[in-house]
Amino acid sequence: MKPVFTRTTGLTDKPFHYCPGCTHGIIHRLIAEVMVEMGILDTTIGVSPVGCTYNNYEYFACDMVQAAHGRAPAVGTAIKRVHPDNMVFTYQGDGDLAAIGAAEIVHAAARGEKISTFFVNNAVYGMTSGQMAPTTLVGQVTTTSPFGRRPEFEGYPINVSEMIATLRGAVYVERVAVNDFAHISKAKKAIRKAFRVQQEGLGFSMVEILSTCPTNWGKDPVASLRWMEDAMFKQYPLGVYRGQELEV
Amino acid sequence: MPRVEFDEERCKGCGLCVSVCPQKIIALQKDKLNSKGFHPAGVVDMDRCTGCTMCATICPDVVITVYR
Amino acid sequence: MSNRVLMKGNEVIAEAAVRAGCRHYFGYPITPQTEVMHYMAKRMPEVGGTMLQAESEVAAINMVYGASAAGARVMTTSSSPGISLKQEGFSYIAGAELPAVVVNVVRSGPGLGGILPAQGDYFQATKGGGHGDYRNIVLAPASIQELYELTVEAFNLADRYRMLALVLGDGALGQMMEPVAFRETEPIERVEKPWALTGRKGRAEHNTVQSIYIEADVMEAFNAKLQAKYADVTARETRVETVDCEGAEVILTAFGLTSRICRNVMHLAAKEGIKVGLVRPITLWPFPSQTYADIAAQPSVKAFLDIELNCGQMVEDVRLAVNGAKPVHFHGRTGGNLPTQQEILELVRQLAGRSAT
Repeated sequence: MKPVFTRTTGLTDKPFHYCPGCTHGIIHRLIAEVMVEMGILDTTIGVSPVGCTYNNYEYFACDMVQAAHGRAPAVGTAIKRVHPDNMVFTYQGDGDLAAIGAAEIVHAAARGEKISTFFVNNAVYGMTSGQMAPTTLVGQVTTTSPFGRRPEFEGYPINVSEMIATLRGAVYVERVAVNDFAHISKAKKAIRKAFRVQQEGLGFSMVEILSTCPTNWGKDPVASLRWMEDAMFKQYPLGVYRGQELEV
Repeated sequence: MPRVEFDEERCKGCGLCVSVCPQKIIALQKDKLNSKGFHPAGVVDMDRCTGCTMCATICPDVVITVYR
Repeated sequence: MSNRVLMKGNEVIAEAAVRAGCRHYFGYPITPQTEVMHYMAKRMPEVGGTMLQAESEVAAINMVYGASAAGARVMTTSSSPGISLKQEGFSYIAGAELPAVVVNVVRSGPGLGGILPAQGDYFQATKGGGHGDYRNIVLAPASIQELYELTVEAFNLADRYRMLALVLGDGALGQMMEPVAFRETEPIERVEKPWALTGRKGRAEHNTVQSIYIEADVMEAFNAKLQAKYADVTARETRVETVDCEGAEVILTAFGLTSRICRNVMHLAAKEGIKVGLVRPITLWPFPSQTYADIAAQPSVKAFLDIELNCGQMVEDVRLAVNGAKPVHFHGRTGGNLPTQQEILELVRQLAGRSAT
């Protein structure tokens, strides 16, 4: 009898600080496993965001830098320009990437920066306690949209993958989810593909990962996964938005 | 015989593993608290474990090791 | 051995950076310093470097943060409103203890202001527009030659102290041409950067660069460490030029190009028998407070007259340094206007107790 599932060496030994049932931890594990399996843990430099995962530099075993809110793509751009032979990824939430850092992500993608962005979309600000995010669904109640997001007042959610996919420099864009075994396996494949696209020097790659926030959604962890499937999948259809044809 | 090990100290008792186990053999241990104050998950009937890794795959805290 | 060439200030900034070993430049266009980017766009490829035009000043300074974290010598340049946008990055660079060089070719403000020369960013440069208890080394050149030398030196200081070194140029300095004599080799200090992000490449531990200190005691200990470093910089790196202060009746004080107007006033005053000295801080932070205190203690000195292209900024530090020992007067012009020698001379006469001629 041998171990068929063990904690990856791509993660440090530090326990995650996330709330019970928060799926950030799954996404961390997938990225870490891919780094180890691809043999790139020793050459990868990751960029941490501001938000709940501000200190994921303590969790990933590769070299890490923590960036100001929204600026990870700018920071990652420069690191890649200094070390073009290294792998560079940014890990960003929806407030970080789609609100305060909207300019940085668009331009890093447009420039075709050879970095990979893992964009975690849980439709809410987590760390600051449940405010409306750019990706909050119409009708979704948050601490700053207490009556539910009203399009006439708070506007509409941003579909980031669809938007980034319009940019020529973005060669691979896919939206995945971590709600069940099959989707988690697909998410891991997408993360690997993003790194492979970077390794081949093809351009910018982004994987949007639908994730849960049980605490700020006010739902238990299992109910949160169901809400992701029932509500988020409608607004944010899973699939490849750019680079379907890429064989890497 | 397949089996799973839970690092109970790191478990936050979120119950995602309980919900995905096809054999329905995982439960939160209501009579036990870890140092974080959570009821850790555990296997009630290890003989029925198939080592499918579904629990480990969904676990957000990477506390499960699977042997097969 | 040196070659004297006539060059524009903004181009000298760029060339100085290249000669100092800077191979990564990130910028965003803004008058009156954009020629730095133009020069870098052509020059960097020649030396295997990178000039990247960022989407904003905010992105540019965060690119500086990234490149510095990766161990590179890196620079961005801008002008006043652009520097305002970079303040977030300044604070993070201080919090992560990263070396970086920034040049501000100052224009007049506030707001969009004007594109003509000014010194209205003294507060911003020395007191910091960003959040938290941090300092930047601030260098204030008064000629194109000094602009070159201090830009090179800024890279050494930044690496030595893992700090942001800011070169604060008067608006005119970037635009004017003067002869500059480049050294055959630059005095580049090579500093090991074991903290830099390179990929682990076999290192036992991963390197992390960050500015977060969640625990109260950890944050306080980090602030104490920063303050100790700043005290060290103050002790070692304070630079000031004094001219003819011995036995002077009136001490003119100014930084940057304004000091050159003051030098001419000194000659005019001397012809009238008024002995005038000059104190020109070269580092605006650390500020040469002791020099002012020492000169204020001289019995011959009746008063200080501070001349700036703003509404009175450095004068606050001069007053703190003089600490009431002698009166400190101020005369400033703004909007791109310069004080004339005659208007300064008239004030000098009054302070020296001479009746107007």
